[in-house]
Amino acid sequence: MKKYGKQIIGCVAAAAVYAAVMILVNGGFLSRQMMSLIIPVCMNIILAVSLCMVVGFLGELSLGHAAFMSIGAYSGALILKSGLPTVAALPLAVLVGGVCAALLGLLVGIPVLRLRGDYLAITTLGFGEIIKSVFNAATPVTGGAGGLKKIPPVTTYRNFTFVYILMLLVILLVSNLVKSRHGRAICAIRDNYIAAEAIGIKVSFFKTMAFVIAAFMAGMAGVVYAGNIGILKPVNFDYNTSIEILVMVVLGGMGNITGSIIAAFLLTVLPEMLRGLSNYRMLVYAIALIAMMLFNNSPLKRMLVEKHNMRQAGKIE
Amino acid sequence: MKKVLKTAGIACTIAMLASSVASAADTFLIGGVGPLTGAAASYGVSVKQGAEIAIEEINAAGGVTVGDTTYELALQFEDDQASEDIAPQAYNAVMDAGANVIMGAVTSGACIAITAQTYADGILQVTPSGSAEACIENDNAFRICFSDPEQGVAMADYMTDTLGLTKIAVIYNTADEYSTGIREAFEAEVAEKGGEIVASEAFQTNDTDFNAQLTTINGTDAEAIYVPAYYQDATYITKQASDMGMSLPFFGSDGWDGVLGTVTDPATVEGCIFTSPFCASVDDEKTVAFVEAYKAAYDATPDQFAADGYDCVYTFKAAMEQAGSIESADLIAAMTEISVSGQTGDPITFDASGAPIKDVKFVTVKDGAYTFVE
Repeated sequence: MKKYGKQIIGCVAAAAVYAAVMILVNGGFLSRQMMSLIIPVCMNIILAVSLCMVVGFLGELSLGHAAFMSIGAYSGALILKSGLPTVAALPLAVLVGGVCAALLGLLVGIPVLRLRGDYLAITTLGFGEIIKSVFNAATPVTGGAGGLKKIPPVTTYRNFTFVYILMLLVILLVSNLVKSRHGRAICAIRDNYIAAEAIGIKVSFFKTMAFVIAAFMAGMAGVVYAGNIGILKPVNFDYNTSIEILVMVVLGGMGNITGSIIAAFLLTVLPEMLRGLSNYRMLVYAIALIAMMLFNNSPLKRMLVEKHNMRQAGKIE
Repeated sequence: MKKVLKTAGIACTIAMLASSVASAADTFLIGGVGPLTGAAASYGVSVKQGAEIAIEEINAAGGVTVGDTTYELALQFEDDQASEDIAPQAYNAVMDAGANVIMGAVTSGACIAITAQTYADGILQVTPSGSAEACIENDNAFRICFSDPEQGVAMADYMTDTLGLTKIAVIYNTADEYSTGIREAFEAEVAEKGGEIVASEAFQTNDTDFNAQLTTINGTDAEAIYVPAYYQDATYITKQASDMGMSLPFFGSDGWDGVLGTVTDPATVEGCIFTSPFCASVDDEKTVAFVEAYKAAYDATPDQFAADGYDCVYTFKAAMEQAGSIESADLIAAMTEISVSGQTGDPITFDASGAPIKDVKFVTVKDGAYTFVE
């Protein structure tokens, strides 16, 4: 029982959130503005959790997450536009979007993951810019700068169930993966690269694996994005988007999946909640961001965490 | 005493109810969507301010009378950061506020991101400046500005027919929908008219060095250079062309509006001609009145986006009066029957596709100031 305690709590929480959203949407309790945020929240959670695996657990700074997202978005959107019935097209698009992103992740990962730290960050940044230029130039397929238009709106809040299940699967996969043998290898690489190599962990294999899985998930999130917005433009997948996702991960605390989820939710909803401030909206948003980052590193938070840990320890005793 | 209080209380309640009904029923809310922050913020701010000037004028003149009700216009403008991701939220926020019509979105991409929703809601949508073709695909959507291809075709006709130019070079931005859209239509129309595109040189957003493109063009027998781009790009291009000693005439798109504010030497753009729906320094009674009101309110000179926003509000007014109702379906039906006397065209009418029908105007720089081409 004790062993499965956490899983049960997780399942109950997931079901409760689902029920709450369904009641709020179908009961008409939510404003239209809030309803239009449901899918972006789920999408950002997928992106943040997947990047959390690379940045938080593998310990490598990737600034190319938006590029993987864009590959998934474009390839998925082309399938959505092919005219298949939604029931078949949506799962297929998500799968193809993920696979395309993963393949590219593999292609880029093998040479690039030989680099570490800042070098890796800059190369992934460059990679993102290349992808953007390719989408800009490949006008017959991608619509170029004008964007890929008329994508059927298959992932609006009416299709919440599908997106929610997708999001849960991603969270489950990542949280179980990091607790597995592979996950411990990944964490070992982060903690001490040389020691990990010395005890026989295939560093480049595990690095590539984490990178490819994260790319796969970002690709799936891209398809959700395409079906929600209906138009894809290369400009929307520049390094700013990658950094926004990174901000969520950093705010959530490196290597903290729950934290990433909460941060993704907060950072998606907050700018909309601040609409009442009109001109000062983005200023207040930026200040709130700074305040949250400071709090994350403050003695106050450390004290709260310690207290919480002590209480947990007390319970075990 | 008790009775007196009670009567007073009832009287108060009735008075409050009456006043609240009067003010609530008579406001016609325009929902604006456009960038107020981010790189494209100046466009959204201009549209918003232009619309506010028009609303003030209309309200000061007694509002809009529809049947036996008089409506006061109000504007709620939400920031979409010119982003396709944010636009749906901004649109839904103004819908939550009870918008009767939608003015926006200001930029093409954001506009396309909300057209499916406005269509599903059946609300009248007029974009002041969303120039992509897809912005007005649906029956409920209309546009104040010209589309990108229309502008390209108009300039091609002017250059080949009126000026008799046959060999033309083009410099355009491949990463920008506006630029590529105009360029495609322009080149097709020039070819149609028997002209020749001797060079078609590309650049990217934020490029500042155009020497390579200009050198290529210098090596051809081009008679003119057409630059469908924004005024920042035009500033660099004209400066570098004059540094190279090139004397070919420049032609531009409406993005050139504002170029005099950024050039170091006005002589570099002297004689250039660009399509523009609005020119603030033209000596015309209506334009002067608008420019003065705008300057008084915001301490700035209105650009074409402000004029588009201004015309947008007058379009709503005309549609309300024509329809004799504020129901979305009636307003949409009335759009093809109205004629608006606006800043960007007089008259402006709309065809069934949602495109405006108005004269194309050409602006030139003469003695360091903008004037319309006669």
